[in-house]
Amino acid sequence: MAVKGVSDSEPDYEPPYLYPDYRATVLRVPKRPLVKLPEEWFHRTRGPVFGRIPIQRNDADLTRHHKGEPLGERIIVTGRVLDGDGAPVRNTLVEVWQANAAGRYIDPLDDHPAPLDPNFTGAGRCLTDYEGRYRFVTVKPGAYPWRNHPNAWRPAHIHFSLFGAELRSRLITQMYFPGDPLMSLDPMVQSIPDVRGRDLLVATLDLATTEPEWALGYRWDIVLRGSAATPFES
Amino acid sequence: MPTPSQTVGPFFGFALPFDADADAVPMGSPSVARIEGQVFDGANDVVRDALLEAWHDDQFARCRTDEEGAFHLTVRKPPAANGEAPFLNVAVFARGLLRHLPTRVYFPDEEDANATDRVLNRVDAARRHTLIAQPDGDVLRFDIHLQGESETVFFAL
Repeated sequence: MAVKGVSDSEPDYEPPYLYPDYRATVLRVPKRPLVKLPEEWFHRTRGPVFGRIPIQRNDADLTRHHKGEPLGERIIVTGRVLDGDGAPVRNTLVEVWQANAAGRYIDPLDDHPAPLDPNFTGAGRCLTDYEGRYRFVTVKPGAYPWRNHPNAWRPAHIHFSLFGAELRSRLITQMYFPGDPLMSLDPMVQSIPDVRGRDLLVATLDLATTEPEWALGYRWDIVLRGSAATPFES
Repeated sequence: MPTPSQTVGPFFGFALPFDADADAVPMGSPSVARIEGQVFDGANDVVRDALLEAWHDDQFARCRTDEEGAFHLTVRKPPAANGEAPFLNVAVFARGLLRHLPTRVYFPDEEDANATDRVLNRVDAARRHTLIAQPDGDVLRFDIHLQGESETVFFAL
């Protein structure tokens, strides 16, 4: 088996568009080659400005969106958002969404016969601070079945959406939990060719983040492509 | 190393939409354009669970497709700048897309600027039309074909 050098490993950290084991890719990914544009014309141009997306008080604490507390294992998920140079991405929007502790989304499209939790919606937003840090309080999402193949189950995950400064910085991804045996069976995770890329999606249990007698803490840093400090023309 | 991308999945509808999300500018503002379209897959079925984002400078719109795979965007047509024809950046997210797909919307009343635009000229002439919205009554029509004969031109991230 060929061992790839570090310098050409980057493409293997990203999933391909077409990955037939994840069935929905087959009819939805372009068949013609993507048009390559020079970086300075395209990738380095300004990304979306998210200022119209509202952030409400308590948005970052998903356990306080209803009268009572949601059922499940209360957790803290925190980390830093960094750019391609390792500099903090400050004041950028982080959006998260997830299933409840029983593995059920509140979304009407989800028909998994697991209970909804009247005290849990499962969506949150926050802005990163000066260090690029975000922090959410939530409950650990459950695994759930999907119909990709017989007996298919998604590993527990939290969806993350991030902006950054440049067009190439925009990222929607999923955070997984350490030691989850479903990851090795999951086509979405396995679509990432290099195992080191898959590992980048796994949070670390962190006792420094954990609040004793209250909630386990997980740490997950996110690296966005490009620079957080790009000067843009006009 | 950059954090890898994963699909937006099917269940974002309770989380990512927000009030007036598809209106980058209020309807009735000067030089407002309403862009309407549908998203189609390789079987020519409508894609009911896609999320589109469109932006240019300070304008930003987000729209989830509906039961008919339809979306709309209310935008101000950007000015031509740096010798380029006016355009909007668009990103398509959906279940089945492990990475999102970037494309652009150009405007049909900019024939001269479109003809000399450096980005459009990088695109095979026979496919260029997939990036140009078409007048349709009071609105502009911009369908997105993920595959098929009229597959939309997407750009490499």
